Amino acid sequence: MVASEAVQERVQVPLTAESLSAERISYLGKLVSQARTAAAVFTQFTQEDVDRIVKAMVLAGLAQAQHLARLAVEETKLGVMEDKVIKNMVATEFVYNYIKDKRTVGIIREFPERNLVEMAEPIGVIFSITPITNPTSTVLFKCIMAIKTRNAVIFSPHPNAWRCCSEAVKIMYETALKHGAPEGVFACLESHTLLDNAYLMRHKDVGLIDATGGPGAVKAAYSSGKPALGVGPGNTPVYLEKTADLNTAVTDIILSKTFDNGTICASEQTAVIDDEIYDVVLKKFAELGTHICNEKETELLARTVIDPKTGFMQPMAVGQKAADIARLAGLSVKPGTKLLIAPIQGVGREHPLSVEKLFPVLSVYRAKSVDEALKVCIDVNHAGGLGHTAVIFSRNDEVIRKFGEVINAGRILVNSPGSVGAVGGVYNDLAPTFSFGCGTGGGNSTTDNVNIYHYLNIKRVARRTQAHMWFRVPNQIYFNMNAVENVHQFPSRSTIIVTNPALEKFGHVEIVRRYIPEGTHVHVSVIPDAEPEVKVVMQGVEALNFYKADQIIALGGGSVIDAAKIMKLKYESPDADLEELAAPFLDLRKRVIQYPTEKMNRARLIAISTTSGTGSEVTPFAVVTDKERGRKVTLADYSLTPDVAIVDPQFVMSMPKGLTADTGIDCLTHALEAAVSSFASAYTDCNAMQAIRMVFKNLPIAYEHPRNEEARSMMHNAACIAAMAFSNASVGVNHALAHAFGARFGVAHGRANALMLPHVIAYNASVPTKFLPSPYQKGYNAHKKYATVADLLGLGGHTIEEKVKNLVAATEQLLDQLGFPRSIADLGISKEEFERAMPDLTRLAFDDPSWRSNPRMPLMSELAELYWKAYQGRGPAKVASATQQQTA
Amino acid sequence: MEMIAVWLKIDEERVVQALQEAREKLDGVEGEVALDFSSVNRIDPSAIGAMEEFAGMADRKGVKVVLRGVNVGVYKVLKLVNLTSRFVFVS
Repeated sequence: MVASEAVQERVQVPLTAESLSAERISYLGKLVSQARTAAAVFTQFTQEDVDRIVKAMVLAGLAQAQHLARLAVEETKLGVMEDKVIKNMVATEFVYNYIKDKRTVGIIREFPERNLVEMAEPIGVIFSITPITNPTSTVLFKCIMAIKTRNAVIFSPHPNAWRCCSEAVKIMYETALKHGAPEGVFACLESHTLLDNAYLMRHKDVGLIDATGGPGAVKAAYSSGKPALGVGPGNTPVYLEKTADLNTAVTDIILSKTFDNGTICASEQTAVIDDEIYDVVLKKFAELGTHICNEKETELLARTVIDPKTGFMQPMAVGQKAADIARLAGLSVKPGTKLLIAPIQGVGREHPLSVEKLFPVLSVYRAKSVDEALKVCIDVNHAGGLGHTAVIFSRNDEVIRKFGEVINAGRILVNSPGSVGAVGGVYNDLAPTFSFGCGTGGGNSTTDNVNIYHYLNIKRVARRTQAHMWFRVPNQIYFNMNAVENVHQFPSRSTIIVTNPALEKFGHVEIVRRYIPEGTHVHVSVIPDAEPEVKVVMQGVEALNFYKADQIIALGGGSVIDAAKIMKLKYESPDADLEELAAPFLDLRKRVIQYPTEKMNRARLIAISTTSGTGSEVTPFAVVTDKERGRKVTLADYSLTPDVAIVDPQFVMSMPKGLTADTGIDCLTHALEAAVSSFASAYTDCNAMQAIRMVFKNLPIAYEHPRNEEARSMMHNAACIAAMAFSNASVGVNHALAHAFGARFGVAHGRANALMLPHVIAYNASVPTKFLPSPYQKGYNAHKKYATVADLLGLGGHTIEEKVKNLVAATEQLLDQLGFPRSIADLGISKEEFERAMPDLTRLAFDDPSWRSNPRMPLMSELAELYWKAYQGRGPAKVASATQQQTA
Repeated sequence: MEMIAVWLKIDEERVVQALQEAREKLDGVEGEVALDFSSVNRIDPSAIGAMEEFAGMADRKGVKVVLRGVNVGVYKVLKLVNLTSRFVFVS
């Protein structure tokens, strides 16, 4: 009688090292030490070295395949010698074919397009348990894998397969040594017990446990605290669906189930057969040397081969011939019967033969429908076979797909034998193995056919990747005095001019109308509020629909142009959900929400700015107010960028002083923040730097002499150029602070920026407390960029610190020239009120995405500090009060 | 009490409510009850909870519960939460 792994594992043995003698511990320790040394030495071997040794071992294994198969059958009394020869040859030749061209030393895989390289790191010492069912083939397989991956192995064969396994280890070891492998690379335990296994599993120098054994061994391996590979029990359902090629199916099942007398755990256990073909299938089985049991015989068989107490297969039946099993059960079968077939009516303890049977007995079930068949297969799969193997014979792709979906098996084989198919490399492209991972269903860490990659630690060398960047602006920008005349070149059937009441009153709308081609139907849509709300925008969309507009001309400041952008979006894509599109994102290219590309209507958007500030005519941003929810809706996508921008200074000649200053400083802030942004590039830097120069030179003139055409023109262009920069490089912490402060205290955006600006320059130029991860920048450069600005402005200074200081001073001087208050306090906000607002301000500023491209990551405490600095300001007020300024 | 097969069709949108109604119908029933699940393509945790409660009540009353037309996907879910042994399944 031979005990199977499953039965042996149910014996409880106290597993503590204290139970081992000192002598035994010394013996085990020595084995590990030798293995560790061998593994260490092995790390010096090249790919050519290991491949040479592997090839020699494979040839040695092939030469001894029959000798080892004979030894295995003699010792274990299981299986079929001829089949074990094939197993040994698969374990050598087929495995070699799979691994021979694979790299396992140094660089093993390269992904140049990802700047990524995988490199191999051996495990070291592997403690390997091998089974009684596939003793020598498993040893051959693991030896070859170990050498290919430069690992050392200590084998613990099943006690009832020790002689054949140790012979296999000896053959492999001697061959390996002869061809240069380090001494001690293989060892085989002698006279070992479960106590030895437990000790080695916990040994500090064992890197991995590879347990190809019964559930107890696998559980012990996973419980040891070491990384482990294990296998699980199988209970393979095979579904014969009515479209199957029945001749192939029946032959394959017999072949598989009788291979090595059914000892491969992937072999078929229960055949679920469609009703339409059931009788034909059984007839074919009978014709090919199987015995179909009647009800009584099935009962007798079940009582013999299944333990009624445990419900598991009887060990004495494992690997025995069908005829011998029949005789034991008292069945009368024809000589040469190769397989016993037992019809069953269900799965579970009431149907004993529905469990795993590692011998030539196959249960069959008649299924009345595909639905029933799949459910029974699920039942079989769950009855002790989760994660292992399943087989389907069918030509119906839909059924095959459904089978794959509902069955939990690491190997789902289609139209091929289970046992030999699961081994891999014979009937399919699975990696050849003698260790079937069963995933979590089987208590394992993988569902793979265990292969060389499980014997390696794979290291990934990831080089810094320079992400591609972009520079996106409208494809047409017309600038300088009377640039509006270019409207004439855009034919249109129906144009809507979006503007505000003041501009209509000033006659600016008429100027634009003059240049719209004759024959165009023109309608004017007026945005009444300075901060347009969603409701008003939707009214504009109604007008677009009513007039079937093919062109929108936005004439106004940032608010009007933003409103027009959203009108166009909703007109072209009526189903666009503004709330959804306003979802936050970190990286534009990775954002979750995609803007609509399918358009029901199409309208060209021409943006004509009437302030020299926001640059909205060239930006991909739009902000409207959702008054119902009391919040702003901010949209950001390059599809919002206007098609045409017209930067005509005639529309800004009458900007009042206060607005000139506010929008001018907004422009400067855009440029300065874009210059030091972590998204800055050569494309945005040139625009940012130029805009900064233009502002410093022209803003004071435009402020003091509003009718100076040159200054107005330069400022108007500067606003657009700065916007081109920040549209692609984004802004920074100045805007985050200004947004929160401006909204809370009703301060105009440009003014709010101005109050923060000098403090933010000093902050960004100093050494960060915390760096912000930025794949686009190398090193911290903000201070150098500010110094470059100072140089461009001719501010002097010898060191970077001096230049930055000069830039701050020049900025403060500019702000003074423009009549800005020197502090938040100067606006009439009390300290107590500001202190009360501080927690909300810092929270809102931190929530603002603007700072995410700041060169330095602002801590909440630093945001608060910046606010306080701005509150205290830069010295006593030299200008009129805030009220006076706002009405200037 | 006569043995009555009580048929109740379960709609996917109201599995929980339907099972609650079915529980109420269990009083005074002997033998077996049959529930038609052929319209249920998927079930959620609340439905699983309702099925467990229903099975428990049926067990206490000694009533066998037959589920008709359960699709394979739902069957798999019931298998994973160990509920298949509480019912009899027919096509």
